[in-house]
Amino acid sequence: MMRGFKAIFLAMVLPMGSAIAEEDVAPIGDAERGAELYKQCSGCHMVGPDARNRTGPPLNGIFDRKAGAIEGFFYSKGLKRAAADGLIWDLEHLDAYIENPKALVSGTRMSFRGVKEAQDRRDVLAYLRLFSDNPQNIPEAAPTAQAVEVALSPEVLAIVGDAEYGEYLSSECKTCHQRDGSDQGIPSITLWPEEDFVIAMHAYRKKIRPHPVMQMMAGRLSDEEIAALAAYFAKLE
Amino acid sequence: MKLNRRAFVGTGMAAASTLAAPNVHAASHGKPKVVVVGGGAGGATAARYVAKDSAGEIDVTLIEPSRSYYTCFFSNLYIGGFRDLASIEHSYGTLASEYGINVVHDWAVGVDRDAKTVSLAGGGAVPYDRLILSPGIDFVDGAVPGWDVTAQNAMPHAYKGGSQTELLKAQIAAMPEGGTYVMVAPPNPYRCPPGPYERISMVAHVLKATNPTAKIIIADPKEKFSKQALFEEGWQKHYGGMIERIGPDFGGGNVSVDPAAMTVDIDGEVVQADVVNVIPAQKAGLICDAAGLTEGNWAPVSGHTMQSRMDENIHILGDATNQGDMPKSGYSANSQAKVAAMAVRGALTGSRVFPAKFSNTCWSLIDTEDGVKVGATYEATDEKIAKVDGFVSQTGEDAALRKATYEESIGWYEGITSDMFG
Repeated sequence: MMRGFKAIFLAMVLPMGSAIAEEDVAPIGDAERGAELYKQCSGCHMVGPDARNRTGPPLNGIFDRKAGAIEGFFYSKGLKRAAADGLIWDLEHLDAYIENPKALVSGTRMSFRGVKEAQDRRDVLAYLRLFSDNPQNIPEAAPTAQAVEVALSPEVLAIVGDAEYGEYLSSECKTCHQRDGSDQGIPSITLWPEEDFVIAMHAYRKKIRPHPVMQMMAGRLSDEEIAALAAYFAKLE
Repeated sequence: MKLNRRAFVGTGMAAASTLAAPNVHAASHGKPKVVVVGGGAGGATAARYVAKDSAGEIDVTLIEPSRSYYTCFFSNLYIGGFRDLASIEHSYGTLASEYGINVVHDWAVGVDRDAKTVSLAGGGAVPYDRLILSPGIDFVDGAVPGWDVTAQNAMPHAYKGGSQTELLKAQIAAMPEGGTYVMVAPPNPYRCPPGPYERISMVAHVLKATNPTAKIIIADPKEKFSKQALFEEGWQKHYGGMIERIGPDFGGGNVSVDPAAMTVDIDGEVVQADVVNVIPAQKAGLICDAAGLTEGNWAPVSGHTMQSRMDENIHILGDATNQGDMPKSGYSANSQAKVAAMAVRGALTGSRVFPAKFSNTCWSLIDTEDGVKVGATYEATDEKIAKVDGFVSQTGEDAALRKATYEESIGWYEGITSDMFG
């Protein structure tokens, strides 16, 4: 029974064509090492028995929980928006979030520089997984967990954008995002730091960020076009 | 900067030079002229972008008969009681005052393509170097037997914003208890593909609260329609039993009306109705035909620049065009306007020109906080504007996502209207 359930679950989360036999699945990481690494999180996030809201919400049962779902916790507008867009804390999104919180959720109140090393992230997540309600339903490590990194190569970040081209491209943004920075229903994009903008657009393009319109709009932007937009927006300030 | 518009328009440059202050004359003399016909999502956006991005290098005249523009998009939300009329009304004041656009409230009735002038119903002709036509739709004569524009008071179309929308809303409010609302839906292609079905949702929303035994009948000539699964799921969920759609298999395409008797004949079966909303088959706004720019009902254009296939000095936008894969929506017209504005500036001032990119998203409201959307991106090929990628809301989405989608549509409305009118 359990085996059957697990097989179905895997079939749903794995990308098409990557059928992996259960036996081949590696553990997420080293939970013991993760417990040590977690100390950099524990100032804000409690986990385990009696965990409650502190600066951040408790992380019990975080795996496959809907984002923004802890009663009584005061989430940022950005996180609430991502939650409404359908963000689920699966392994892939947890990994992206702790790599760079702002890449996944602009305006998050989680002011954390991120865990750059993939192995460190896996170990922390292996530790957190011990506190999820139904760990048997969680694949030990989906192959996507390492595949989608939000970090951009220095070459991509170094592209100097063509601001004039960016101005033309930006006209498409302004159909929805208001020039005056209003953010009712649709977030403001004025005064967005250039690098954060670039990272966010790449995260949409990789479909890590959950919004279908933005995934589509960013999906057809090249690295140069994202840089062009960033250059134009930076020039506005 | 109150240059006397009517005098300028009526008698051309000679009069303008005597009326205007000397520096205005000097500044405007010899500048390239862009004339935009139609102040909706396409025309207002194009006028604003040409004026804004050329920073005074191009003279822009916008010809639009209405002093107040009521957006067609969100007019269904007005019918449903989610918006008031004032919230979908816009003026052209900022385009004139902030962007220096010469706004002329008159009908453009003809184009002399050799002389490169647009003639006005009020007399006179306006010269152009480039003309941008964004006239929207008109209705195909005889599309629904028994209905013509003289019957639009008895049987409103409410498919151009403003008084028709008010009329339809008032008629719905006056329906007798248990009365019948009939929509005659249009054949493809038509303005705003989800529009008729969002309207049905909004009418049902009103009737459910005020007249729950009323009936809604849609006579539809189309097999399928935009976001069909989403609408049908929502109608079942919110308005179970109230809405009946008669598709072409059951004669929904074989319809005639009698406005005096308030009856609709659907494939031989006569329905006595209290409100009849006739949305006839559509064609490009009349000026396109008058200017000889149409092929069939629509005006063919190149996707690279939105130039007419028949006259390279004329760009045509929005609902009036036959361009390829984009739906006839306000969002599409706004997107096309930016491509046209860039191409026009490039041609007249030598500014840089980039590859055309287009996008569209259509949001629809099914019931309170139950919003859905469909969208796509497009690029220009030599043959047409071709779809690149797209998405559509899914059936069974949770309430939080539907609410977020609705709130997003409100944000979009604010965004696009400020992109159009400044």
